[in-house]
Amino acid sequence: MTAPTTYAWEIEARDLRVRAGRRMAVDGVTLTMGRGVHGLLGPNGAGKTTLIRALATVLKPATGELSLLGGMDFRELRRRIGYLPQEFGHHRRFTVREFVAYVAWLKEMRDIPAAVQRAVERVGLADRADDRMKTLSGGMIRRVGIAQAIVNDPEILLLDEPTAGLDPAQRLRFRELLAEIGTDTCVVVSTHLVEDVAAACTDVVLLSQGKLVFQGTPEQLAAKGTAGHAGDSPIERGYSALLGLPHRPGTW
Amino acid sequence: MTAHHPSEQLLHRYSRGDDDIPADQLWGVESHLESCAPCRGRLAPDPTAQAVWTNLEPLLDRTPQMSRARARWRVHGWVSPAAGPWLAMILLVTAAAVALDRVGFVVGERVSLVVLIAPALPVLGVAASWGRSLDPAHEVTAATPRAGLPLVLRRTVAVLAVVVPGLAAAGVLTGVGFVRWLLPCLAFTVGTLALGTLIGVTRAAVVLIAAWALVIVAPTIAFSRMAVALDPAAAPVWAGLLVAGLAVLAARRMAFARLEVNR
Repeated sequence: MTAPTTYAWEIEARDLRVRAGRRMAVDGVTLTMGRGVHGLLGPNGAGKTTLIRALATVLKPATGELSLLGGMDFRELRRRIGYLPQEFGHHRRFTVREFVAYVAWLKEMRDIPAAVQRAVERVGLADRADDRMKTLSGGMIRRVGIAQAIVNDPEILLLDEPTAGLDPAQRLRFRELLAEIGTDTCVVVSTHLVEDVAAACTDVVLLSQGKLVFQGTPEQLAAKGTAGHAGDSPIERGYSALLGLPHRPGTW
Repeated sequence: MTAHHPSEQLLHRYSRGDDDIPADQLWGVESHLESCAPCRGRLAPDPTAQAVWTNLEPLLDRTPQMSRARARWRVHGWVSPAAGPWLAMILLVTAAAVALDRVGFVVGERVSLVVLIAPALPVLGVAASWGRSLDPAHEVTAATPRAGLPLVLRRTVAVLAVVVPGLAAAGVLTGVGFVRWLLPCLAFTVGTLALGTLIGVTRAAVVLIAAWALVIVAPTIAFSRMAVALDPAAAPVWAGLLVAGLAVLAARRMAFARLEVNR
């Protein structure tokens, strides 16, 4: 059961600009996101990671407004956010359980052992929970990353390239998990795999060179493409149409 | 309430969930059970609990249970998980300095290696606790509510808890006074954090180690005598730097909740 909220959108950004080094990587983005699974699409260097970092409150926006969960105390807000960075660094000598428990402690949680057990079971690692991280495969590490992000039952869940390193069967299971979490959580998933978006997302946000190009449902994105655009599926063609990619096979 | 308790057979049929019990009897049993604890006791073993247990029991053998004994995060509330090997290295360096002093290795006339290394040691530990290059999980850490000055200070205290006793023991063994190494050591520690809020902790560590090599180590080797900076007379200057560093830290404390500090 979820309590009614006092805000219209979990994430509300107005004319948001965020710097990455000297470059303005997010350059005037205005968007709103509610509960559901939001796919963040865009070519490399479009500003996806920088936007997610700003949503995770680890980067301070240069200008513009960003209101998360209606705006609340900084620490209180962070307790309600789950974040999987693109480069998920971990401590190799920790066991899965120790690492997730350590992150749960950093998130100022109570009743840590039970929450850790639940998170580890949700990503299907219960049988490896007491193994050291250095003995895990790449896909399993990724799942530990997802477990540490969902351990506090976040209201905003930010996943930067979560499907990298997962095999096809694991990706299917991951999409199921996303859909399950997305019913009462605002999930933002950045990816460059268009098929992930088609299968798992209720909403698509397309970024290009730091600007918002499109926000809508996957069907609306597919409707933008025509047979003349590059791509093997309707969504891919819609993606190429919006980015203005020419249909020239053999070129990058 | 009623002195009339339901029969064993009726109670058994009720607990089994039989649906052919006449309505008036069913009502009678139910209202009686609500007020009569001994009869509720006669219902046991509860068939529902029994059914749940039979389903659960085989699963319990396969699902690993939470181990309660090892709670590593309690330790890592103080010591950064990345800092362990570095703290060990700091102790080794201290021991090596004492050993060299003991065998009579001196830079010029009576310059103690312990005094020479004191400012640099905690800088390494601090960088390991909060730097991007040495802590692989820095981004996950930076996004949590605990990230910030309190956590940084806890980790710094943990570093100093290793460095200071180590240097104190070394000082006693080599006969070097407290004043000569403690203040530079603390000033460099706070300096790393304060400079870190401006340019990132890793970069601050690199800058301060370079400064240490240029201002303290180089003159000592070049002129074969203890650098002026490590003279006991320089203590007020170190104290001043320490206070200035603390002031910067207090003013810029929110910086530790952001990713920029890890650079």
